Amino acid sequence: MNWTDLDNWIVITGILSALSCALLGNFMVLRRLSMMGDAISHAVLPGLAAAFLISGSRDSITMFFGAAVVGILTAVFTDLIHRLGKVEESASMGVVFTTLFAVGLIMIVKGADAVDLDPGCVLYGAIELVPLDTKTVFNIPVPRAVIVLTTVFVLNALFVIFFYKELKISSFDPELATTVGANALWMHFILMTLVAVTTVASFESVGSILVIAMLIVPPATAWLITDRLRTMILISLLIAELSAVLGHVGALKLPNFIGYEDTSTAGMIAVASGALFFITLFFGPKHGIVIKSVERFWTLLRISREDILGLLYRLGELKNVNDLQVNSDLFRKVTGYGKGMYFSAIISLKLDKKICVDNGNFKLTDRGKRMAKSLIRSHRLWEAYLHKYLNLPIDHLHFSAERFEHVTDSKMQKQLLLKTELPTQDPHGKDIPE
Amino acid sequence: MNKILLNIYSQLPERTDLMRVLLLKDYNTRLVIVGVMLLGLAGGIIGTFMLLRKRSLMGDAVSHATLPGIAIAFMIMVANGGDGKFLPGLLSGAFLSGITGMGLILLITQTSHLKEDAALGIVLSVFFGIGVSILGIIQKMSKGSAAGLESFIYGKTASMLTRDAYLIAGTAMIIVVLCLFLFKEFSILCFDQDYAGTQGWPTVRLDIAMMLLVVSVTVIGLQSVGLILIIAIMVIPAASARFWTDSLFRMVIIAAVIGAASGLFGAILSALFEKLPAGAIIVLVSSFIFSVSLFFGYSRGLCIRYFMSWKLEKKVSRQHLLRSICEGIENFDKNLLDTQLKKCSQRPGITLDYLLSDRSWSKRKLLKLLAEAISDDLVYRGADDKYHFTEDGFVEAKRIVRNHRLWETYLIFYAELAPGKVDRDADQIEHVLGHSMVDRLERLLLSEQPDSVLLPSPHPLADEK
Repeated sequence: MNWTDLDNWIVITGILSALSCALLGNFMVLRRLSMMGDAISHAVLPGLAAAFLISGSRDSITMFFGAAVVGILTAVFTDLIHRLGKVEESASMGVVFTTLFAVGLIMIVKGADAVDLDPGCVLYGAIELVPLDTKTVFNIPVPRAVIVLTTVFVLNALFVIFFYKELKISSFDPELATTVGANALWMHFILMTLVAVTTVASFESVGSILVIAMLIVPPATAWLITDRLRTMILISLLIAELSAVLGHVGALKLPNFIGYEDTSTAGMIAVASGALFFITLFFGPKHGIVIKSVERFWTLLRISREDILGLLYRLGELKNVNDLQVNSDLFRKVTGYGKGMYFSAIISLKLDKKICVDNGNFKLTDRGKRMAKSLIRSHRLWEAYLHKYLNLPIDHLHFSAERFEHVTDSKMQKQLLLKTELPTQDPHGKDIPE
Repeated sequence: MNKILLNIYSQLPERTDLMRVLLLKDYNTRLVIVGVMLLGLAGGIIGTFMLLRKRSLMGDAVSHATLPGIAIAFMIMVANGGDGKFLPGLLSGAFLSGITGMGLILLITQTSHLKEDAALGIVLSVFFGIGVSILGIIQKMSKGSAAGLESFIYGKTASMLTRDAYLIAGTAMIIVVLCLFLFKEFSILCFDQDYAGTQGWPTVRLDIAMMLLVVSVTVIGLQSVGLILIIAIMVIPAASARFWTDSLFRMVIIAAVIGAASGLFGAILSALFEKLPAGAIIVLVSSFIFSVSLFFGYSRGLCIRYFMSWKLEKKVSRQHLLRSICEGIENFDKNLLDTQLKKCSQRPGITLDYLLSDRSWSKRKLLKLLAEAISDDLVYRGADDKYHFTEDGFVEAKRIVRNHRLWETYLIFYAELAPGKVDRDADQIEHVLGHSMVDRLERLLLSEQPDSVLLPSPHPLADEK
């Protein structure tokens, strides 16, 4: 791999467009408008084509204008068809953007003789060619796309900074925003306009598909990590930047493993952001699937351990029944959990020296007995409480108490004791252990 | 300008071409047209269910998600010595990666707090990114040309072979038959999934079946319509059909017809103008049908809805006018409205100024309403320059005032509103009281008031206050 100046510029272009998109994307994702980004980035095609056909050049100003107009029209039409025609919002989005894209496609194909614009270029861009089209700024040749994207990024950043409060409030509660004077509808349309502008600025370098990826994926990833808006924006920017760098490196490196030279950077940036997203989805610190499963497993294990201790204690109470012993069948009957949970719980109890094996049967150790006593105490106090205050019939008490016993600490035990006026027996007539 | 016209003219098809396509003389064209028609039919049917389940854009994510499958299938086929353009192979790849995409959408929405829109956007863009990256590799491969793969993105019927058309038409037929077979199951899923679950329907399996059908429509539409626009085939006919009917069965039929018609005309047009991308033409035809439906749809179209509200508005104003005149006269002298005075000429009239002050209506509107009432023979203008009721007008006015006062009495007795407050509320309800409602009110409120006498107002009329 030969990393050259050209690669620097490619990465810078990718980062700038990723940052611009991710910044706005936070508010789109929060407002459940993610697909609007998809709609607008497809729908700007006729605007671009019209600007091309009219001006006959790839002059940025005309293109911005044409695309911004069509971008706003997409939002307006979607809104109109949704409200006037009573068509469901995503369906009206689908109608509007496909129609506009089809118009744009035909305009481009028909006008292909006049201008060199092909739809493929709009879809996945030509970021590899960015460094070739330069302008001189302070005696340094800077790619034109970098200048354009920097402008757009600054514009978006200023918008988000100055209207942060309004954006925040109208993202979470549009009605409230309108009543306190931050017109949610205006915010909506300004946001849509900026999305359109960003799309256009990005399209020739990175293509519209990357715009969608950068609008949605980094903010969604950030949302998996944090619930605070400010943090979410910062994290999304970080992820956007990381995706751009990893994407370009990946585009140069990954194909080497299967024997090819390189591939599309824009595509790989989207793939990189997707990889970051799915890594977060699985291994995220707070809402990740793995951490949630682990937490779930620990909770289940704790409950199973306590249930087994409780079972052993209760069997000890029934002195004359010697043929009953704790095994996975009994465990399943009482708790509903399977064999795996049973053996995990047994092993961990043995390791903790809460139970020991005596004549082939499990027996509580002293430590185990102490814990079991406290648990049974909670259980029976709860039964007494539920019977006294909720007037539950006697045969309904056990199931509720069975759940509460696992979340009752000593403080709550004391309160229960006071409320139930220091009982010595539960409603079933069983002793409450000390 | 002339140059442009000349340009357009030169692109118009020759008359012989036109006849050849329209009369379906060309075997290949015929097949393509039938295939695309069936595709539209299937898309319309499955799209209706998706629309009603508010999942219209799911097809968009799925269609973008098929790209990596196409690209990988191509690579595998080339690696095994094929030419890579074998359609069933490419479509199987597309089908598998479409299902993977759909599974990931479900995974994201089920396991995190992200909403469906974000899940759709993520799968759509990331899968498309993967597809683009693999295409980027393919383009640099020494073996096999990737030139044809582009047509899956924008759609191109011209490249369709006979056996491809058979494949598409056959699959579309199967989808249509399955949809009709599962019609009852799908409709209950659309309206109340939880209820269906409690009734013992296998909702999850039905849901999966519906998703598989969506993926299938997407996959067979890839070649003719292209993966960006295939969503239109599932959204636009269904959304158009919604304007024409409120019954699900009719909606499915109408959507199917619209879908088939779009496919038919789209395929014909793209056969005539070879340079035009078929997908775009099909979408534009259906968009055209959508806009016609939006305005002229029989059940929810804009025109019919505006006509209805205009009619209601007219009826309400007419009733306001009659009640104003009636209460004005009554205010003047209670006995004079008694039906004992048979001849309408003996009944007093009311001046324009009084009417003008009675309600907040402009003079222009009032005069217009009066003119309409006069032309309908409810009111006439007497020699004294006052407005009088005709016999018909009086009967109608009595009925309206009666409804108004019945509702007022009801509000006073049952809703315990203050008599001074009921006028405004009754004003809104009186226009929509039906016969049975009036009957019930009468039975509830009046024991023996004869119908002929004007019911007295439960509160003082405006001028007496």
